[in-house]
Amino acid sequence: MAVARGKKLSRTGKEALDGYIFMSPAILGLLLFILGPILASAYFSFTKYDILDSPEWIGLANYTKLFNDPFFWLSLKITLTYAVVSVPMGLTVSLLLAMLLNQNLKGIFFIRTIYYLPVVISGVAVSLLWKWVFNPDFGLLNWFLGWFSINGPNWLYSEEWALRAVILMSLWSIGGSMLIYLAGLQGIPTELYDAAEIDGANRWRKFVNVTIPMLSPVIFFNLVMGIIGSLQIFTEGYVMTSGGPNNSTLFSVLYLYRNAFDYLQMGYASAMAWVLFIIILTFSLIVFKSSPLWVFYEAQRGKTK
Amino acid sequence: MSDLTRAHIIKHRKIGNHLSTKLVTWFSYLTLGIGGLLILAPFVWMISTSLKQKSDVYIFPPEWIPSPIMWGNYAQALTTFPFPMYTLNSMIIVVFVLIGSLLSCSFASYGFARLNAPGRDLIFIILLATMMLPAAVTMVPLYLFFNKLNWIDTFLPLIVPAWFGNAFFIFLMRQFYMGVPRDLEDSAKIDGCNAYTTWLKIMVPLTKPVLATVAVFTFIGTWNDFMGPLIYLTNEDKRTIALGLSYFQGSARSAPELHLLMAATIYSIIPCVLLFFFAQKIFVKGIVFTGVKG
Repeated sequence: MAVARGKKLSRTGKEALDGYIFMSPAILGLLLFILGPILASAYFSFTKYDILDSPEWIGLANYTKLFNDPFFWLSLKITLTYAVVSVPMGLTVSLLLAMLLNQNLKGIFFIRTIYYLPVVISGVAVSLLWKWVFNPDFGLLNWFLGWFSINGPNWLYSEEWALRAVILMSLWSIGGSMLIYLAGLQGIPTELYDAAEIDGANRWRKFVNVTIPMLSPVIFFNLVMGIIGSLQIFTEGYVMTSGGPNNSTLFSVLYLYRNAFDYLQMGYASAMAWVLFIIILTFSLIVFKSSPLWVFYEAQRGKTK
Repeated sequence: MSDLTRAHIIKHRKIGNHLSTKLVTWFSYLTLGIGGLLILAPFVWMISTSLKQKSDVYIFPPEWIPSPIMWGNYAQALTTFPFPMYTLNSMIIVVFVLIGSLLSCSFASYGFARLNAPGRDLIFIILLATMMLPAAVTMVPLYLFFNKLNWIDTFLPLIVPAWFGNAFFIFLMRQFYMGVPRDLEDSAKIDGCNAYTTWLKIMVPLTKPVLATVAVFTFIGTWNDFMGPLIYLTNEDKRTIALGLSYFQGSARSAPELHLLMAATIYSIIPCVLLFFFAQKIFVKGIVFTGVKG
């Protein structure tokens, strides 16, 4: 019996060892490229470091400097404005589109393809294309607005309109969240709609009482992804406007990038990264904490966890 | 309410519904059609601009059909900047990232899905949590790390991390592995397979669909990556296609040459657009999986 027990133990031990070996790329990756850098970033945020000389400990100086840096506050304001406007707008429009697509219409496959197409294109290509579309004098958009006798603004060349232009542009690439919604919609059992109909529900009641609750986990997913993605917007500001005009599109990550790689203030940039991290974390946590109030999970959905 | 009146109401509603269903169909087509046009218009505009002669680009109102059609713009765009070299650079990075990503994610997922080891689930949860981490936080220290290794201006910082798994893809594959019946592995074990040969001979062939999904997403993500190459690549002949394109607009050589810029942009998006059309099913399946199961 003792022999059998020993054998058993060694078998579980062997399995554990194999398990660790299998997981090792992920564990190493986690330590080397994520957790390690996070800790390093925390350390650097308390130092003055320009790469050429070794880091010099300066305590909280970076954070106090950050607190008094008007550009940092400006970049935060711009980034938050972008997120607060573009995320709900994108989520609403993509949900409406998904609902329209979730019908037995001819050619729906083709239409879906068109809507998704912008998502596979690089941020640089999208930015260059839209820069041309936004051209105040010869661009497509102002030509289009001209049909309605609207004298289009200067878009990217206008302090007032540049951020709005970037927000507007973000609507072009909502195909991703639209497809996710569509998948969610297709997973809602039709019996629920039939039951609602028998109870006398109209389209609106069905939308509010069946579609939205059943779709809430997907809305939650899209919301969290939208927040994380939008607060890290970079390419548009870098390629289209260089943060201008007059810093009106100075997004936080762009300002961070400049501090790190243009001004070589690695410590200061690290402090900025941490503040940004905490902001993103706070937003995500608020959404997570609020989820029991509005996200409805079917009991059976939990089983994969 | 008696059953009779109830049936009556439903019947009544059905008649009304028929009309409104037709209306809804028309409304849907109209909205989706207008939306589709708005999505497509910039593409058409880009193609149109790319085929114009220089003097016709800055004309208002714009002409949609260029005359004459300048096919030569594409050849010219390719030679104005070393785009073939940029393409080669992007290809090299993509190929090595693909190999590393597929191997490491598939390998690691098997451990997370099947092998019992103390702390496994905790590690998995930490891994999942890192998906929420903004890349901006690790950007500076990773740069400094790769700088210490003397890897700046090589492709290594863009390739090597891909060989160490990716939280999102591992999650995706693990879910897929969990759905594979255990009988197959059990019989493999009876046939004398250990964990490694089981993974290689049973799991890898069975999980081809999810590997295809990961491959497609990895290709598009790597091809389109801008920030990584921007930070790590300094020398002109190391540039990737996305990075090269961003310089194309700002260079003195070609700043006002919008027709060439548009031709170059089209050139840069062709691989991803083709991949999207050919692998559309794989794509849609992957997205569906992420949103609904995630």
